[in-house]
Amino acid sequence: MTKEEVKTSLLNIISEIVPDEDVMNLEGNTSIRDQIDLDSMDFLDIIMEIRKKYQVEIPEEDYPELATMNSSVTYLEPLLVDK
Amino acid sequence: MKYDLIIIGGGLSGLAAGIRSAHFGNRVCILEQQGRVGGLNSYYHYQGRIFDIGLHAITNYVPRHIKSTPLAKTLRQLRLSYDDFQLLPQQISRITFPTKELRFTNDFNFFIQEISEKFPHQIDQFTKFVQSLKGYDEFSAKKEFVSTRQILQSFFFDPLLIEMLLCPLMFYGCSWENDIDFAQFSVLFRSIFCEGFARPQDGMSKIIQLLKTKYQHCGGELKTNCKVQKLHIHQNKVSEVHLSNGQTMKAEKIISCIGLPETKDLCTSWGGKTTNRTTTPRTGALSFMESIIILNTMPSQLTFDTTILFYNDSERFFYQRPKTLIDTSSGVICCPNNYQTEKPLPEGMIRLTNLANFTLWNGLDEEEYHIQKKFCLRESLKKVERFIPGLQDRILIHDIFTPKTIEKFTGRRQGAVYGTPDKTKDGLTPIKNLFICGTDQGYLGIVGAMLSGISMANAHILY
Repeated sequence: MTKEEVKTSLLNIISEIVPDEDVMNLEGNTSIRDQIDLDSMDFLDIIMEIRKKYQVEIPEEDYPELATMNSSVTYLEPLLVDK
Repeated sequence: MKYDLIIIGGGLSGLAAGIRSAHFGNRVCILEQQGRVGGLNSYYHYQGRIFDIGLHAITNYVPRHIKSTPLAKTLRQLRLSYDDFQLLPQQISRITFPTKELRFTNDFNFFIQEISEKFPHQIDQFTKFVQSLKGYDEFSAKKEFVSTRQILQSFFFDPLLIEMLLCPLMFYGCSWENDIDFAQFSVLFRSIFCEGFARPQDGMSKIIQLLKTKYQHCGGELKTNCKVQKLHIHQNKVSEVHLSNGQTMKAEKIISCIGLPETKDLCTSWGGKTTNRTTTPRTGALSFMESIIILNTMPSQLTFDTTILFYNDSERFFYQRPKTLIDTSSGVICCPNNYQTEKPLPEGMIRLTNLANFTLWNGLDEEEYHIQKKFCLRESLKKVERFIPGLQDRILIHDIFTPKTIEKFTGRRQGAVYGTPDKTKDGLTPIKNLFICGTDQGYLGIVGAMLSGISMANAHILY
């Protein structure tokens, strides 16, 4: 997957979990949870959807890497490069 | 073949747990003893009509776009949209005692205004009380019973206000007699007073269908008419699930939605030497008689515009197993017509609820049972006459269920719809791979049931 594909896939996952939020206009460097209503249950769902779709395990200590869109893409890109 | 998860009971909590678990790739099978899923909130056909079994109202109603509420969380976790439930908000509900009446709508400010008019000497305390509830996290609450009456008495000096606040909340979810655990009270207070009542446009059948379809789309298996006879326990784990048709099934984990005492009865042993409440859960004492009445007129023609009316004949509200077949000194009158809708129901309908005594109903022979059902309906109707004058002469058809009916169709021991007073809030049992969700885990109402299934699947299967 390219960087752009990782971003699109992540946006799709988020919008599936929070269909009532405007995810297409998320600011890349600002915390996702500051921009849309996303509680801890929703956040864990993102992690689990990534695991389901790409068989990628994200350890709990890495969760902070998924705070913004940009940091998420940076973190996920090497993990999804072959997917 | 071994499943990742077997769910016993296809009620709302079981379906929700099933959807979550199957969605994330687990091999799940739901075992439902009836021919149809839905449990206490299912529906049935009667004289050409579809009746909801338990539904008066969906509590926890909030309008679209109100976030971080149980309803919004439930929809998100199940990947459903707000429109799927087609919720119609209530008009107005009443708590009627001999000397005072409190009305409430889905706008909490209306209720505050009502308190300030009817109990002006208590309004400051009420505001303080509501404030204190906001800081209270019922989900991390202590396991031990905390008396709501004691807490209310520390806030309010007018005992009538305490009784009036307790009345609707107890009727809609309390498994203790005459008091309620404060964690449960605060869940109910929020779901009924702060949020509110709604009814799905077409009753429960659409919601049940929706959840069932969703579950099956996620790859979940469903076996109806499938009764579990025994859970074989080996080394403190469920090793085999024995069905009444002689088959055996296996799973890594089991979630049971059929009640804690009922689940314990299925197990060949129930580990743990300690005798805390989870190891020896009591059977709930409270059950009801419910009459569903179809009218040959509309309730509005009888000038009845209330959605749900809770009445009590004295200043003190007794919420306990009555010493007679039913207790008509208090009751609930629900009118499914009185929800805000552009598509009115084709017929007038009233549901009446009174506390009832399982043991007395169960002791009647068949002939006497039918005679008493009719007699009790008449007694119940007498009390309703003052709220809906002329109702008795307008009855087209009716169907009555007693605690005995509830036990027979739901498997809830003694017809205790709100389950045991000994809840297992974390869903754990003495058996390592066996978990409880639904009423006996402690969440309440239709949204609560789904949220229970969701959170137990999250905690014990997914996370």
